[in-house]
Amino acid sequence: MQTKRTIFPNKLLPYVLLLPQLAVTLIFFIWPALQAVKSSFEREDPFGFRTTFIWFENYTRLFADPNYVNSLSRTAVFAVSVTILSMCVSLLLAVAVNRVLRTNRIYTTLLVWPYAVAPVVVGILWWFIFNPTIGILPYMMRGLGVAWNPRVNGDQAMILVIIAASWKQISYNFLFFVAGLQSVPQSLTEAAAIDGAGPFKRFFTIVLPLLSPTTFFLLIVNINYAMFDTFGIIDATTSGGPNQATNTLVYKVYADGFLGLNIGSSAAQSVILMLIVIALTAIQFRFIERRVQY
Amino acid sequence: MSKTALSLSVGLAAMLAATPAFAQTEISWWHAMDAELGQRLEAIAQGFNDSQDEYKVVPTYKGSYAETLTAAIAAFRANEQPAIVQVFEVGTGTMMAATGAVNPVYQLMADAGEAWDPSGFLAPVTGYYSDTNGNILSMPFNSSTPIMYYNKDVFEKAGLDPEVAPKTWAELETMGRQIVESGAAPCALSSAWITWIQTENLSALHDKPFGTLENGFGGLGTEFVFNDELQVRHWDNLKKWSDEGLFQYGGPAGAADAAPKFYSQECAIFMNSSAGRAGVITNATDFEVGFAPLPYYDDVIDEPKNSIIGGATLWALNGKAPEVYTGVAKFFTYLSSPEVQAKWHQETGYLPITNAAYELGQEQGYYAENPGSDIAINQITRGTPSANSKGIRFGNLTQVRAIVDEEFEALLAGSKTAQEALDSAVERGNQILRDFEAANS
Repeated sequence: MQTKRTIFPNKLLPYVLLLPQLAVTLIFFIWPALQAVKSSFEREDPFGFRTTFIWFENYTRLFADPNYVNSLSRTAVFAVSVTILSMCVSLLLAVAVNRVLRTNRIYTTLLVWPYAVAPVVVGILWWFIFNPTIGILPYMMRGLGVAWNPRVNGDQAMILVIIAASWKQISYNFLFFVAGLQSVPQSLTEAAAIDGAGPFKRFFTIVLPLLSPTTFFLLIVNINYAMFDTFGIIDATTSGGPNQATNTLVYKVYADGFLGLNIGSSAAQSVILMLIVIALTAIQFRFIERRVQY
Repeated sequence: MSKTALSLSVGLAAMLAATPAFAQTEISWWHAMDAELGQRLEAIAQGFNDSQDEYKVVPTYKGSYAETLTAAIAAFRANEQPAIVQVFEVGTGTMMAATGAVNPVYQLMADAGEAWDPSGFLAPVTGYYSDTNGNILSMPFNSSTPIMYYNKDVFEKAGLDPEVAPKTWAELETMGRQIVESGAAPCALSSAWITWIQTENLSALHDKPFGTLENGFGGLGTEFVFNDELQVRHWDNLKKWSDEGLFQYGGPAGAADAAPKFYSQECAIFMNSSAGRAGVITNATDFEVGFAPLPYYDDVIDEPKNSIIGGATLWALNGKAPEVYTGVAKFFTYLSSPEVQAKWHQETGYLPITNAAYELGQEQGYYAENPGSDIAINQITRGTPSANSKGIRFGNLTQVRAIVDEEFEALLAGSKTAQEALDSAVERGNQILRDFEAANS
């Protein structure tokens, strides 16, 4: 593919034009990131009177801390579950809406609504629905003999945050899947139908492979979302509890830094998170960019 | 048209009238009181502003206690700090260690030539906020202590005397069992603040140490010791009661789910801060509420000690112009006047900070008219405070409390015994104390 090249006669001008964007990036992204890297090598009292350079102690202590390792695995469970759940449900919804011809716009609009809800509100909403004392679902579950108490039971708490976080992300995935499905040529599925392939076979052998760029893109986006954008939901539902069962990496950064005022350790954790984002983004660029043009 | 012109000119006149002839010194005050409490607090600032025209206190709500503290610290680092910040008792250790950031209140009052008599304050309050030399570093403002609330209607339904609250934990267990077994309520007990009430106050009440070096008052080298017999026994009981359905856990820290359990009459007894009184009275519309002191183990101690305080104090931060601190001193004097204190105490359920405010309430007949409103003050002033009941002072206590909550949850989930959970809490807590010591020495 050929792109148009603009040649500036003035050598300086392009840099001047780039300057505002560069300044924003430097001031709001690069500089704080460097500060975090610096803080991660230090131990400091909250007010910043005494700062000691301690090399990698913040990092070594993190990985020696069973709670941090636990947080890593919790995050993995959480991210994978949210990704699978939200993608499967939204694919199902997208396929269903794609089959409806007349009213699909209404369904689309309705299904996109949750995306506009702020994460904290989502958290509160699900906290209400699942609240052991005042919630409607535990009341019904008690009738079925299930003792629901996410305040004590870590697995139940995890299920709660997974459902809340997935629910919010379904809309986003749904939009992409609908767009992806509409770009699958009708002629292919029709041809397969004439050859005698049933709806399931057509879906799995034709539609799904053709959707793969969308699916792969969403996979990365969803993992990113589950790992980094779910702070509000966790804060409003479980606050990382019980006994750290839902303490994901992002929440731990907040808890240690903002509540615990342990800036060094919190900074070290954000640096590790930053490395994870960089890795995920690299994967995204390397593979998606390549596979989108086939 | 004329209406608009009229309202405009009225507005203009009001603005002119509000603008004093000379510049007022502004005193910024960051606080963590929302809703009802926030309005009461703003009324205090307004009252001070109306009482004189040299200074103007500007209160700003900054979110929860933890958020307010974090915001103030961040602002201090950026040299944008408020003159006064409200810091919860958990942050006391952190603030005291930050000597360069704080303008101690005893100094501030002396500099401004304001009258300052610490003996006028309630002893447990001043003890909690004094340094090792006995100087008060922050201005006591809203102090509370945990008490027991109970549902008189449920007590009656269960065949208990609604006027008699359980005095000891043994009585509480018997009564609780009767309540649940008679079907009067599905649960007997819920509690906010497992850390503060069922661990820290439990230790103080029974005259047991929470940490070495006088619960941390003696220096940064302190270590936790709350994994002793009493605490283990109590946590064991709570676990047992939780399994039997007598006790329901309401979540970590302030326990968001605990109060609704009491309001909805699911749990008959509720332990919470005395400052929860206003909320209880507002929400307990369908039943009558009784108030009582916290129970104790009568085989451990005959006469329980005083309970320890929670709530917050006001810290003056360094880095402002001298006239600001004169204003702060005048504001503190206004704040601790009996009238202001008594009003604040009666409206909110916080303790009256000064003896004079308490006496004023007695003269007004407030305690006679509102039975149960003096439970907290009687409980916190009973007997002579010992080294174990004077209070606690540890750095990074917010983190330690989070750990204690986690270990309690591990106990309830059945993954640890009470001894294991408390041992682990002590071990992890000590690690945090060592970090704090290293960062502050």
